[in-house]
Amino acid sequence: MNVSYHSLRLWQRNRDVFFKLWRSEVPGFFAEPILMLLAMGFGLGTYVALEDGQRYVEFIAPGIIAAYAMFSASYECTYGSFIRMKHQRTYDSIIATPLSIDDVSAGEILWGATRSLLTACVILMVIAAFGLVESPWALLVLPMTVLTGLMFSSIALFFTSVAPSIYSFNYYFTLFITPMFFLSGVFFPISAFPAVVQRLTWIAPLTPVADLTRAMVSGQLGEGTWWGLGIIVGYLAVFFPLSLVMMKRRLLR
Amino acid sequence: MSIIEIRGVVKRFGSITAVAGVDVDIAHGECFGLLGPNGAGKTSLVRMIVGVSPITEGSIMVDGRDITREPRLIKAQLGVVPQEDNLDPDLNVLDNLVTFARYFDIAKEEARQRALTNLQLFELQDRQRAKIEELSGGMKRRLLIARALTNKPMLLVLDEPTVGLDPQTKHLVWRKLRSLKAQGTTLLLCTQNMDEASFLCDRLAIMNEGRIIALGPPQELVRKYGGSQIIEARVRSGERRDLVLSRLGKQGLQWQEIEETIYVFQGDGQVLDQDLLSELVITNQHIPSLEDVFLKLTGRSLKEQ
Repeated sequence: MNVSYHSLRLWQRNRDVFFKLWRSEVPGFFAEPILMLLAMGFGLGTYVALEDGQRYVEFIAPGIIAAYAMFSASYECTYGSFIRMKHQRTYDSIIATPLSIDDVSAGEILWGATRSLLTACVILMVIAAFGLVESPWALLVLPMTVLTGLMFSSIALFFTSVAPSIYSFNYYFTLFITPMFFLSGVFFPISAFPAVVQRLTWIAPLTPVADLTRAMVSGQLGEGTWWGLGIIVGYLAVFFPLSLVMMKRRLLR
Repeated sequence: MSIIEIRGVVKRFGSITAVAGVDVDIAHGECFGLLGPNGAGKTSLVRMIVGVSPITEGSIMVDGRDITREPRLIKAQLGVVPQEDNLDPDLNVLDNLVTFARYFDIAKEEARQRALTNLQLFELQDRQRAKIEELSGGMKRRLLIARALTNKPMLLVLDEPTVGLDPQTKHLVWRKLRSLKAQGTTLLLCTQNMDEASFLCDRLAIMNEGRIIALGPPQELVRKYGGSQIIEARVRSGERRDLVLSRLGKQGLQWQEIEETIYVFQGDGQVLDQDLLSELVITNQHIPSLEDVFLKLTGRSLKEQ
């Protein structure tokens, strides 16, 4: 791997573009999670009774942070990266400068994680304003989201490196991201599943993220399934180098 | 000392050999042209020189450094003008240059200064805030060259820099390239434009099928391969074609036959004798140009089929 501080230069490029075009990003990553919180939490939530008497909106608020952290990184490193790579040929011009292909890939992953962090900050502020944050431990969500973002960006960039066309991402979202969104404990506790299925849901990288985010926001750190961090770090350790290798294979001709 | 030393370079893509063994040195401060039909291997060779494409065999040294070992250091000294526009469409004209400067670790204020200077140089200063999609083809090409000057490169590599440009823009680009050369920048130019090659280049390499088949200053190549005059002729009677061609060969005249037309390359002091003249219908004769040399060496048939 040939990663250097130059990957920050790509990160800076993406940051500048984002803050120039931020108006077009607001609906997807800021308005949608808030709408979700209102509709599901305060709307549907009034008809839902949880076993331990917890309010439903309190249950899903941390889940929404986890889910939209996933979405932000995933969109950025699939559609975003693919357009820059293939349609705009931005990478072609950049690898003729002191940046290596690995710098470009690492920069994309760093930026994807930054997008997750931005999204998590906004949602955290909103749910705090609704009085749904019960403990200062909730600030732990921020480093947690960086880790989450790095993981989902790496997985997404790996898929980008093998995607034949931009339409391939329909598969990625329909078969991987959306099922996790519904089945990883964001909207209902995974204890609703039979024991075997419960164990299987821990294969999905969003499950530990939702679980730990919930423990942090509620302040009941003891209830978190902390070995889940191992799953997240494991995915990151596999997919970060893998995505770099595969991007290099794709771009180096 | 040479700025580029290319030794036994081969580039293969699977079973296809794009560059089939190239050895050449390019001197500091010269303008070196790579001329060749599509698919001759020019772009593949250049991509290896600028460190974005791995070398299958052989070695390339740029400014005394091995491009495979120290690509970052070498790329910091290069300017690259690609054939196709890869400007950053998410950024306006000025930001394209300023952001590009950051890839070279050039500080913000300095980056801005250089951007403005280079925009001025290519008469784009009025379009600083324009989006890339609002620019004409000629403006985009000028901006690509301006961008390549960001790091004050000692070696500027240009792939077909004037394709599709109107004559005014083409001449502007040529003037700027000449003045860069006068300031000591080495230029490496891929082109299919013969005027461009003779106007700008000190030396040319004509490439065909992955190899350099002729190398030298443009005038020398014309003298060596084109002779003093080219005669285009038809054979008066079809049955006598073979006889005529062998007689041309016997008299030491070089010829090439394309469809019905025979091109005879007349060297200094060579003439067609009366016998030959009576067999041939001369349709045209002209002083050889670089284009004639190019066609003679690389063949007149289509290269890409």
